[in-house]
Amino acid sequence: MSVRSEVIALFQQLAEEHNRELAPLADDLPLLESGLDSLCFAVMVARLEDSLGVDPFVAAGDDAPFPVTVGDFIKAYEDAYEDAAK
Amino acid sequence: MQPSRWTSLWDVLSGPVNAPNSFLWGVEAGVAFRDLLYGSALGGRGEELRGRSVVIATKDQFTAALALIELDGVARRLVLCPTDLPPGQLGFVMESAAADAMVSDRTIESPEIPRAACFVLCKPTISPGGCNRNERTRTEWVLLTSGTTGRPKLVVHTLASLAGAIEHHGPGGKPRVWSTFYDIRRYGGLQIFLRAFLTSASLVLSNAEEGTADFLARAGACAVTHISGTPSHWRRALMSPSMHLLAPQYVRLSGEIADQSILSRLRSVFPEAKVDHAFASTEAGLAFEVSDGLAGFPAALIGRSSDVETKVEDGSLRIRSSRTASCYLGRSANSLRDAEGFVDTGDMLELKSDRYYFVGRRDGTINVGGLKVHPEEVEAVINRHPRVEMSCVRARKNPITGSVVVADVVLGKKSDAAAQSEEDLQHEILHFCGNLLPRHKVPAAVNIVPALPVDAAGKLARNHA
Repeated sequence: MSVRSEVIALFQQLAEEHNRELAPLADDLPLLESGLDSLCFAVMVARLEDSLGVDPFVAAGDDAPFPVTVGDFIKAYEDAYEDAAK
Repeated sequence: MQPSRWTSLWDVLSGPVNAPNSFLWGVEAGVAFRDLLYGSALGGRGEELRGRSVVIATKDQFTAALALIELDGVARRLVLCPTDLPPGQLGFVMESAAADAMVSDRTIESPEIPRAACFVLCKPTISPGGCNRNERTRTEWVLLTSGTTGRPKLVVHTLASLAGAIEHHGPGGKPRVWSTFYDIRRYGGLQIFLRAFLTSASLVLSNAEEGTADFLARAGACAVTHISGTPSHWRRALMSPSMHLLAPQYVRLSGEIADQSILSRLRSVFPEAKVDHAFASTEAGLAFEVSDGLAGFPAALIGRSSDVETKVEDGSLRIRSSRTASCYLGRSANSLRDAEGFVDTGDMLELKSDRYYFVGRRDGTINVGGLKVHPEEVEAVINRHPRVEMSCVRARKNPITGSVVVADVVLGKKSDAAAQSEEDLQHEILHFCGNLLPRHKVPAAVNIVPALPVDAAGKLARNHA
């Protein structure tokens, strides 16, 4: 499974677990308008660290900006995953 | 001006120093603080609440703020219930506070509420009427904080203890507009409400039903200059495309451990702003503020300052000051201060090259985005699952909520031949927890482990802090 599809699958899984309605996902959709809240993202980050072995929030350094859109979020994981594989 | 000289919020409002141009803004309504001198949000029924123990259980923070201003100095006791107080706990709170009255902005029908209690409706609008201001009571302010049993603890303050850290800034400065992500019925939010009110600043209230982007847009439109929240509030704001609508001069963090990452991110987003993190708790009050932009605090802060004494004993931070709460209320209330008057915060510290860092709670309480989770209550639920023999719940560091809950689970011997995959079982346990626990208490991950360490006394060996 690609990083992108893994992240998207988790969006759906978290929406289901937390009884939330997921907006149609698009790269320019702001994360907080996806239907998931910060608790969902916290859980998602923990699960992605388990499955992909990376936490781009930590890897990017202390003053790197937080991802704002779904596209930023996926890209952060793709980049961190690629860096870790090097 | 010494806070101890203030008898009530009303005295401040009617005094000479209050600026005529300071406002309180909710989502749908706003009011000039001074307008409250000429009317009532309680339909002129405040006098009925004189000398009573009043539970303020409004949905909206705006109506709660109006009721607080009107009833401080009138009621014997004001109990501040946040919106997220589960309805089933209202009866417990009323009983513990010996409440004989309730103020709300909606009708609350619950079998737990004593019928004899006086009910007064609070509206977001001001109508003629008011209380007799010649008679003054020193009102007790009661805040709720979550206890180990799952029931809230009732913490007693006074206006003087709550306002002890608030200083007047010199005259002639630019008008300040405060805002906070907090609910003003929580200690961190109440500090900001009082700070704005007592220093003649305006205040923009948050709202539980409003999204982060809308709140940031509203705060931006009100030209907020000073704003506070927990590290989790700020992490959520950093994920919002509306963050750039804020241009504060002062950013404050409290309520959770502020790590270097959140401090550095805020500094880079708001290079012009002063970024402080404060240490305070509902019981211990505000202890100190750290302004050097670094996580933790200088070891030199421990000791005695003009108004607060701090010490580290058995690894945890202890505080003695006039800002600490006086006691807990209720039948099984423990003592809040030790014999010498120190409050043990239960926050564990580690000293690393002349700087103290917070490393967690002595009792293992996990803080998920500002909400407390006691590992034992989550374990109790997981242990009810038929396949589980024992479990250990712990915190895992998280860049968004500070921590999340994770569970290590030992399975019992298989009772039947049903071959269930580990993954299915993990899902099943999560689902089981989801049905029985509030969302923030449900583990983010369940790890199946062969065994859990047990100490000499036969207890689960927790590795706190």
